Amino acid sequence: MTDILNALVLLSNFVLIPALSYGSQLALGALGVTLIYAVLRFSNFAHGDMMALGTMATIMITWGLHAMGVSFGPLPTALLALPFGILIAMAVALVTDRAVYRFYRKQRSAPVVFVMASVGVMFMYNAITRIFIGTGDQRFADGERFVLKVNEFKELTGLDQGLAIRTSQLITVVVMVAVVAFVFWFLQKTRTGKAMRAYSDNEDLALLSGINPDRVVRITWILAAALATIAGVLYGLDKSFRPFVYFQLLLPIFASAIVGGIGQPLGAIAGGFIVAFSEVMVTYAWKGFITLIVPADMAPEGLVQLLGTDYKFAVSFIILVVVLLVRPTGIFKGRVI
Amino acid sequence: MIRVDNLNMHFGGIRAVDGASIEIAKGSITGLIGPNGAGKTTLFNVIAGHYTPTSGHVYLDGEDVTGLSPHELFHQGLLRTFQIAHEFSTLTVRENLMMVPDNQPGETLWDTWFKSGTVRAREAEVRAKADEVIEFLEISHVANELAGNLSGGQKKLLELGRTMMVDAKIVFLDEVGAGVNRTLLNTIGDAILRLNRERGYTFCMIEHDMDFIGRLCDPVIVMAEGKVLTVGKPDEVMANEAVIEAYLGRGLKNKPQRGVTA
Ligand SMILES: Nc1ncnc2c1ncn2[C@@H]1O[C@H](COP(=O)(O)OP(=O)(O)O)[C@@H](O)[C@H]1O
Ligand SMILES: [Mg+2]
Repeated sequence: MTDILNALVLLSNFVLIPALSYGSQLALGALGVTLIYAVLRFSNFAHGDMMALGTMATIMITWGLHAMGVSFGPLPTALLALPFGILIAMAVALVTDRAVYRFYRKQRSAPVVFVMASVGVMFMYNAITRIFIGTGDQRFADGERFVLKVNEFKELTGLDQGLAIRTSQLITVVVMVAVVAFVFWFLQKTRTGKAMRAYSDNEDLALLSGINPDRVVRITWILAAALATIAGVLYGLDKSFRPFVYFQLLLPIFASAIVGGIGQPLGAIAGGFIVAFSEVMVTYAWKGFITLIVPADMAPEGLVQLLGTDYKFAVSFIILVVVLLVRPTGIFKGRVI
Repeated sequence: MIRVDNLNMHFGGIRAVDGASIEIAKGSITGLIGPNGAGKTTLFNVIAGHYTPTSGHVYLDGEDVTGLSPHELFHQGLLRTFQIAHEFSTLTVRENLMMVPDNQPGETLWDTWFKSGTVRAREAEVRAKADEVIEFLEISHVANELAGNLSGGQKKLLELGRTMMVDAKIVFLDEVGAGVNRTLLNTIGDAILRLNRERGYTFCMIEHDMDFIGRLCDPVIVMAEGKVLTVGKPDEVMANEAVIEAYLGRGLKNKPQRGVTA
């Protein structure tokens, strides 16, 4: 019996909790990609680097706060800096839209033109981020590291296996729930949100209603920039910040958005968790878990790890390919937004 | 009210509108007929700002509005409906109507959060207006239905309803009567007449049903192959040789007949 409990604790510690928090980060990233797709009708390849840029801004402000001797008690100082990072990201997104995408909207360019433009924007953001903060690894999480420590848990329960919950993981999940609840409320209830849905549903008709298309586009960028920065900062707090890693996150984020059905907010959230759980489960070494639940003589010798963590991006890639082959519309097939 | 001056709209080699000039008088219900492919819808699309014409001009109340966006024209009181009914399928009928009036305070993030009182007050106004329109069109039973689930005829009514949500100067109706049953057609006809008389709407409508046109329209403009053939009272144009020729040239099936709605 205790073996089973120990096994569950082990699984929670190494799979459930990390995947929940990683899934939340992907979900927020995918939500931004999906909103852009739903309203502006193109896949924004610059989203990963928008995350990096917003996070970079937040880190610089965090350092500034540190220099001024400001801290946030047990919570990471970056949370104080986050609103400012978001504002900077919003400004960058709006300027980019004005300078780049608006031109193509006026021309009524094909979606693929927007996608290529976004690749250009991606390289630009990429360069800006590296100019300011370099290419190296930055750790900027401070405050209390753990909400629940391994030793505390063991003492509390008397189990052999420990369970730790990092502050960043708890913050990630709480923030994700709050942000997602807000976005859904916004889309369902406010006039602005309904205007976004209407615009996404039928652009021709939206143009012939009181909906101001420029405003809808602006608000979409504002939301996307905020979501990107929040996702990026949460990921950075949880792991660390490195521009190249954020660029690579584009793959699991697009996989998440597409699994759920691109253009569908609910699908983006579900997709984020599907991708995160798959990735963590496939790269987890199951040896310890299996040893605990099977009789001693059946314990495996190898690590029982399907894929090395170095190859974790292959998981997103496989999911992406399978979904595109089997069910290109994603699991939440139907109307966008 | 509207003057279209020597308008050309070419798509590659296709001259969809080929040097058309028309005039729509204030307060009139002007009909626009012609065989399929005559360029009627394209003309509407140019007037309503969907296409920038190859050449020519559109004037609204004497002002050159050529090349303005649909949104800007809407703002000036120029509304149109679509040949294939458009709706926001994921919003309810009432929400569809409430979407129409522009510059509602709830549209900016700032107002949504910091002036929620104003936003709510205006929203209540717009809602009352929407309910009035719903009443007028006798579609109360589907007010909370998602617009995507409506029947074709009901969608046409909703299209008409949209134009009633604001004070329009001129409304372009693209085959509102097509594919609609007799009873509903009469409702639509009554609504158009009432809007014209009580609220001073000017209409320009594309139709194929000559009964419907005869009842509502004066004058009627006839288009064929991108050009204006003739303008006159419904009976006059129906008796016009050139008009009969244009329809016959296209085969009998497109000949306007009494009692045919499509
Ligand atoms: N966007 C477009 N691209 C190319 N050809 C078009 C386009 N829109 C209309 N046409 C062509 O213009 C001609 C007139 O079409 P339309 O205005 O829809 O006629 P009507 O409404 O009178 O039936 C048709 O030959 C049609 O194929
Ligand atoms: Mg037509």
